[in-house]
Amino acid sequence: MLRFAASRLARAALTLAMVVTFAFLVLIASGDPADIIMGSDAPPEAVEAFRQAWGLDRPIWEQWLGYFGAVLTGDLGRSMRDGRPALDLVLERVPQTLAITLPALAIKLGLGIPAGVYAALHRNSFADRAVMALAVAGFTIPSFVLGLLLVLVFAVQLGWLPSGGDGTWRHAVLPVVTLGIGGAAVLARFTRSAMLEVLGQPYIRTASAKGVPWRLVVSRHALPNAAIPTVTIVGFMVGTLIAGAVVVESVFSWPGVGRLLVTAVANRDLAVVQCVLLLVAATMVMANLVVDLLYGLLDPRLRGAPRGAAGG
Amino acid sequence: MPEAPLAAAAPVAAPPQTRQERPSPLVLLGLCWVALMLLVAVFGDFLQPFPYTQMDLRNRLSPPVGFGGTWLHPLGTDELGRDVLSRLIASVRTSLVIAFGATVVGAVLGTTLGFLAAHFRGIVEQAVLALVDFSASIPFLILALAVLAFFGNSMGLFVLLLGLHAWERYARIARGLAISASAQGYAGAVRQLGASPWRVYGRHILPNIASTLIVSMTLAFPEVILLESGLSFLGLGVQPPDTSLGNMVGYGREYLTRAPWILLAPACVIVLTTLSVSLIGDWLRDRLDPTLR
Repeated sequence: MLRFAASRLARAALTLAMVVTFAFLVLIASGDPADIIMGSDAPPEAVEAFRQAWGLDRPIWEQWLGYFGAVLTGDLGRSMRDGRPALDLVLERVPQTLAITLPALAIKLGLGIPAGVYAALHRNSFADRAVMALAVAGFTIPSFVLGLLLVLVFAVQLGWLPSGGDGTWRHAVLPVVTLGIGGAAVLARFTRSAMLEVLGQPYIRTASAKGVPWRLVVSRHALPNAAIPTVTIVGFMVGTLIAGAVVVESVFSWPGVGRLLVTAVANRDLAVVQCVLLLVAATMVMANLVVDLLYGLLDPRLRGAPRGAAGG
Repeated sequence: MPEAPLAAAAPVAAPPQTRQERPSPLVLLGLCWVALMLLVAVFGDFLQPFPYTQMDLRNRLSPPVGFGGTWLHPLGTDELGRDVLSRLIASVRTSLVIAFGATVVGAVLGTTLGFLAAHFRGIVEQAVLALVDFSASIPFLILALAVLAFFGNSMGLFVLLLGLHAWERYARIARGLAISASAQGYAGAVRQLGASPWRVYGRHILPNIASTLIVSMTLAFPEVILLESGLSFLGLGVQPPDTSLGNMVGYGREYLTRAPWILLAPACVIVLTTLSVSLIGDWLRDRLDPTLR
């Protein structure tokens, strides 16, 4: 188990290093900062001095190492718009985003998993078909359309809830519902197929043939095995807690990380974009790491298995 | 039963299930809708009642037929008096062309990398797998936003960027299937006969795994449409004066209270199209792909 954990940790670190390298490469490829900041008609000596001052004349790999060092010490540059450190700008938006994504995650888990399990246990029943129809609808209706439809009904027509902005809990209702419904549908569909897969296995037939009550077959044999693939998608949902609300935050003018990112992209505020990118990648990698370790706990068969055999 | 060979190829241990031999009515409806969209995309120029940028200032915010509007503008007009139906037709074409382009780019790229990994193994394979890990570590929307921020936006870049979506899925499938195909007799046999790797992969392995890849493409296609419309909705995808479905929704949002039809028409088209393609994809998967069941 220790070796398993260590190899997963090494992989997570490697992936993060790749993300940082990606950010660095994109930064290099997007143009010479000296030209952009100094302008094209600056005297060559001034440009040269600027390049020396910022280390832009050094070989690429030295710049790369320097960039790595800066990222590791939390120095992610300053926002071009208000000159504040990008990291601070991003971090102060995180609680706002979590305020809608955490309740939405609760809805996804609380509705999606039971609905999926129920549908699988009552295959081809009316409830199963209803769950599947809703799940397909949840997948095919984009979140911005769903959000705007909810606004049209509950804010414009009925006037029950505000259409956007923040301040009170009432402002959070529509964003949370928009995020939660779509995710619950995806999760229900996934749980159902994981559960069906397990219910078709010979050991389920064996267990019920030897006289174990169906209730126990489901709770002892089927659910733990169906939990293994389901953990992956839940891990993915946890990993996107910070980034998963980009579109919905924009629909409802919710002042979270996602909206900050969209504004930063529109203004080409590169330091902020980069900071969000790294933060999101770090969350995803952490979530994936936890999922991998949970896999090891849930399924002893995977502990020694090489990467790739488990899917991923 | 005409489909018997496929059904018989399924493992014996699989639970008995009612495999659908014919497309259900829903799938047929989906096929009709997709056919209609394809016709609209191909013949859009002849179908548009007006050029999609033409303004008609005397008929601004005119509602659709049935809500007090006239047949002059069957789906109404926007705040500049531009015909919503014409804009919708132009948008369908843009969105479908982008989604097709991006899906093909993703499939070609992913399959090629998957084959390379399967053929060379060793360090090449590790590198491809590391790239797969990398793209799984960032939600694609965030990656796309970052690239757009750094490089700005143009149509070509946008299609290439969306093509990167789901490449890792094809890579994983192609690698896995190519490795198992190499272990089967036929690939070894043609290799023994002196076929080049190009021939082995292109003429023998690719046709054998094509159905799985086509199913993945059908399943990825609606996701690409949703991504494109999401980015365009945010104002970061297709730029005016070009128009796409997401673009129209984002634009119509400002007239949500006064003229909801500007937004509802493209929203319906997005939902119906993704729904139809998903239904067809699921049906194809059940029909064609014994490995996924």
